[in-house]
Amino acid sequence: MKFIDYYKILGLDKSASQSEIKKAYRKLARKHHPDVNPNDKEAEKKFKEINEANEVLSDPEKRKKYDKYGKDWEHAEEFEKARASQQSAYGSGGQSYSQSYGEQDFSDFFESMFGGSGGFSGRSKAGFRGQDLNAELKLHLRDVFTPHKQTLNVNGKNIRITVPAGIENGQTIKISGHGGPGHQGGPKGDLYITFGIINDTAFKRDGNNLYTKVNLDLYTALLGGEIMVNTFDGQVKLNVKPETQNGTKVKLKGKGFPVYKKPDVYGDLYITYNLVTPTNLTAKEKGLFQELANLRK
Amino acid sequence: MEQEYILITDFCTSHNIETHFVMELYEYGLVDVIVKEDIHYIPIQQLPKAEKILRLHSDLDINLEGIAVITRLLNRMEKMQNEITQLKNKLDLYS
Repeated sequence: MKFIDYYKILGLDKSASQSEIKKAYRKLARKHHPDVNPNDKEAEKKFKEINEANEVLSDPEKRKKYDKYGKDWEHAEEFEKARASQQSAYGSGGQSYSQSYGEQDFSDFFESMFGGSGGFSGRSKAGFRGQDLNAELKLHLRDVFTPHKQTLNVNGKNIRITVPAGIENGQTIKISGHGGPGHQGGPKGDLYITFGIINDTAFKRDGNNLYTKVNLDLYTALLGGEIMVNTFDGQVKLNVKPETQNGTKVKLKGKGFPVYKKPDVYGDLYITYNLVTPTNLTAKEKGLFQELANLRK
Repeated sequence: MEQEYILITDFCTSHNIETHFVMELYEYGLVDVIVKEDIHYIPIQQLPKAEKILRLHSDLDINLEGIAVITRLLNRMEKMQNEITQLKNKLDLYS
C-alpha cells in the first residue's frame, strides 16, 4: 500500500486554507466529474482520487491526523491506540473515526488510516452515484437487422435488453441505472454497452445503406431481361436494361439496413453489376461472335 | 409507446430538493414537465437527465446557465462521437 499525497492531488501546499482546498477541489472536480466525462475511465479514477483528497483535507479532524502522521501513516494505528489508552486513564474518551461511515470506494490507504469510508462532505444532499460499467457485445450483422433480444450477465446479474435494429458497429448505448450501486442514497451508475458488429454477409454496410455485387451474364447485359437478386431479407426480381455496362450501379430504394430507432424506415441497397463473359466457347459460338465482331468493323 | 410519469413532489422528496428548483429546470428548457389536472409530473424517461443535472448542481456548484451550456455541449459531443464511429465504419469499406 502506497502513501497518497492528498495535497499533491489537489495541487496544494500543506499550508493551504480551507477556502483554498475548497477552490482546488471544485476546479478539479469540474474537470474530471464523470457526468461531464461520460465513458472515460481515467476521469472516473481521477475524480475518485480528488474526492478522497477533499474528504480528508476538508475535514479538520481527518486533516490533522493525516498531517500528523504523514508518511508514517502505517504506525498511526499504534499511536492512536496508545493515545486512547492514555486518555482513558485520565477519563476522557479518544476521538473516534468510525462513526456511521457509508460504503464508499476509497483507497486502501484511506481505509487503513481512517478505519472506514467517509461520506463526501460536498455531496450530503444527493449521495454518491454508483460506478458506471462498460461492456462489449459482439453481434452478427443479421442479428441487428431486426430488434434483437439479448441477456447479459453483468456482475452476476442477468439483464435483458432489446438491441434496437440498425445499431452501428462501435456504437455505445447507455442502460440507465444498471451500473454499480449508489452510495449514501445516491443513484445507481449506468451500464454502457459497446457493440461490435461482425459482418459475414455478402453485403457491405455504410450507415443505413448496403452495397453488393451481382454477376450479370453477357446476354442479359446486352439484350436486357429479368434477374433475381438477393437483398438482405430475401430475393427480388430486377429488370436489367439492354446494353447494361459492367460496373453499372442500381439503387433499390428501401432495401438497405433499418434506420436506428426509426421503425419501418430503411436505407437503400446499391447493386453493382459485374459482367461475366462466357468461357469454353464452342466453335459455333466463336463463329457467331466473330460475325458480330465483323459487323462492328 | 405509453409515457409514464412521476409526481414532481415525489421526485423532490426523494432528492431532498424544493419543487421550485424543478420548475426552474423546466423554465431553462432542461427537463420536460407536464401538467395534468393541476398536478405537475416529470416523464420517467427524463429522470436520468434530471438526476444528472442535480449532481452537476450539487457536486460542482454549477448554476443553471452553466448546466444548460454543459448539457448542450455534451449532446454535441455525443453526436460527434457517433459521427466518428460512422466515419470509421465508412473507412472500413475501403480496407
